[in-house]
Amino acid sequence: MSTFKYVLAKEFQQIRRNPTIVRMMLAVPIIQLIVLPFAADYEIKQMNLAVVDMDHSTYSRELIREMTASGYFQLANYAASFPEAKEAVERNEADLILEIPAHFERDLVREDGATLAVHANAINQVKGGLSQMYAGQIIRRFNNHIRAEWLQWPRFSPVALLSIEPQLWFNPHIDYHLFMVPGILAVLITMVGSFLASMNIVQEKEAGTIEQINVTPIKKYQFLLGKMIPFWVLGMITLTIGLIVAYLIYGIVSVGPLWVVYAFSAFYLVAVLGIGLLISTFADNQQQATFVSFFFVMVFILMSGLYTPVESMPGWAKVIAYANPVTYMIQVVRGVMIKGSGFMDILPYVGIIGAFGIFFNGLAVWRYRKTV
Amino acid sequence: MEKSISSNPAVIIQGLRKTYENKSVTAIKHLDLSVGDGELLALIGPDGAGKTSLFRILATLILPDEGMVRVLGHDVVREFEALRLITGYMPGRFALYQDLTVLENLSFFATVFNTTIEENYDLIKDIYGQLEPFKHRRASQLSGGMKQKLALCCTLVHKPSILLLDEPTTGVDPVSRQEFWDILGKLKEEGMTMIVSTPYMDEARRCDRIAMMHHGELLDISTPDDLISSFGKPLYAVQSDRMFALLQDLRKYDATDTCFAFGEAHHVTFKKPIEPADLNGYLQMQGHHHIDIQRIQPTVEDCFMDQLAS
Repeated sequence: MSTFKYVLAKEFQQIRRNPTIVRMMLAVPIIQLIVLPFAADYEIKQMNLAVVDMDHSTYSRELIREMTASGYFQLANYAASFPEAKEAVERNEADLILEIPAHFERDLVREDGATLAVHANAINQVKGGLSQMYAGQIIRRFNNHIRAEWLQWPRFSPVALLSIEPQLWFNPHIDYHLFMVPGILAVLITMVGSFLASMNIVQEKEAGTIEQINVTPIKKYQFLLGKMIPFWVLGMITLTIGLIVAYLIYGIVSVGPLWVVYAFSAFYLVAVLGIGLLISTFADNQQQATFVSFFFVMVFILMSGLYTPVESMPGWAKVIAYANPVTYMIQVVRGVMIKGSGFMDILPYVGIIGAFGIFFNGLAVWRYRKTV
Repeated sequence: MEKSISSNPAVIIQGLRKTYENKSVTAIKHLDLSVGDGELLALIGPDGAGKTSLFRILATLILPDEGMVRVLGHDVVREFEALRLITGYMPGRFALYQDLTVLENLSFFATVFNTTIEENYDLIKDIYGQLEPFKHRRASQLSGGMKQKLALCCTLVHKPSILLLDEPTTGVDPVSRQEFWDILGKLKEEGMTMIVSTPYMDEARRCDRIAMMHHGELLDISTPDDLISSFGKPLYAVQSDRMFALLQDLRKYDATDTCFAFGEAHHVTFKKPIEPADLNGYLQMQGHHHIDIQRIQPTVEDCFMDQLAS
């Protein structure tokens, strides 16, 4: 036992001496949590609007005013003709064209209906879709508004007015940060567990020190545990730093008990360390380990539901997503922090992650035995 | 040749064979070798002769394909755990933790062998004495010679009964090499069995016996004196003002058997006894000046080159 303690002490010593790891451990969670949620924000404001107003009426002016007053659009181009507005789109100066035909007001009053055209620049499909959607909402509101003005109100409304009041649970203001930050936390500890741990073991191979270790009476499990425990601790520290950053910068406080996040991370890190260990049995040098880890981490992150919900993926992608431990980690962290899930709620996930842990570690140890 | 080995050898190797990559690469073709208790054996041979593979098998790092290998009475395959406690292996490449200090490396290897530096201090005190001024320096910042001394120190810290040193002095300056071999000399006095591979023939000269390996086979094993006296042919050292042309001209000479560049002179043997004056005349005709032809005593390296050539 004293031997094992010494092996552990040596590993911690080496990590402490490695300024890059220490700096990265502090800087990466902070930078990722600050930059990513802002950069990957889906909410788009201040889109450039080009208007082709052929009517020049009170209603057309009112519609334009409502568009710009919404905060989503700013009037960037007031074009005399549609081709002129289209040119503005081509120059990337406008994201959306609102075309108001001549006699818009007259048709609306006399015929009780008029047509409008909305053209969105869909080079960025998310932006294009959103601008179209926002414009549609504003025009609908405008329509309701003028119709309400015309109505001669009887004592009781002759038409049943149904209105929908959406209730968004758990994230009432659709705060994008609340969605992204827990996901990024999950990604961070995945990186520490798989990436750093595999690099560390491969480093021993590269430096040849593993030869010297192999001729000592140190048992394989002692060596591997000595490698894994420090990175398990590092993962927990990274999680803690991430939670502090989430609170300080975004004011995100976990709704559910934090110990559940820690308890699940404890299991999760074991599974991720198994991946790191497995990679290290395949790689002979740090370049290979970096490349292989990078590949897996990329796939795991993109297929984890961090950006796009797993439910909306095609069937084959769902299979990958559900064979991906990161998916469960993100679901649990979001579940606990946003929804307030308790330990009993995440218990099935503990089982799944436990199975992953046994699978990856078992495979890694089996591979490790074979390679001597 | 086997007569010089004591009654209970420290290492017995019989019919050893080792291949890599699904038997497509043969490292050791067939090897029989015994090393006596307390013997200092030098292992020499060109790159790829199978020396490192042999060390790694003896150190229980890799498994032999065929054959029996016993070290100090233990089988390297079945009893590797017992063997690791009594073997000291120093790989050819520096394999200590560069980011740990001298003292940390030493106490790490002492601890993993369940011992302490103090317990076996008498064995390492000579080397450690030289390292002591740098004990808080990281291993990465040591000079090449110091690194090798530290590696030897770490190899000795658990008081092994046999030392396996794979090219311990390659790339080390001559003074440090000398110091390193003085240490090995002291260890030998204490009865340590040692197998050392080296590219330096002057080092091989200091060993009890020299084993020559080539293409995974043992070419020859004998004491340095026997090796040199078995050379059998007169050997000449030839010099002139144009050394490169001289090598080619000597090889063209009818009577020449072998001719190798050896530092300042070319070492030449002949198929039949020659008169140095005849050779001198031939070389003058080829336009050489300041010709110097000397009959010399063969060195280990001459014997080695001769063995390889035949």
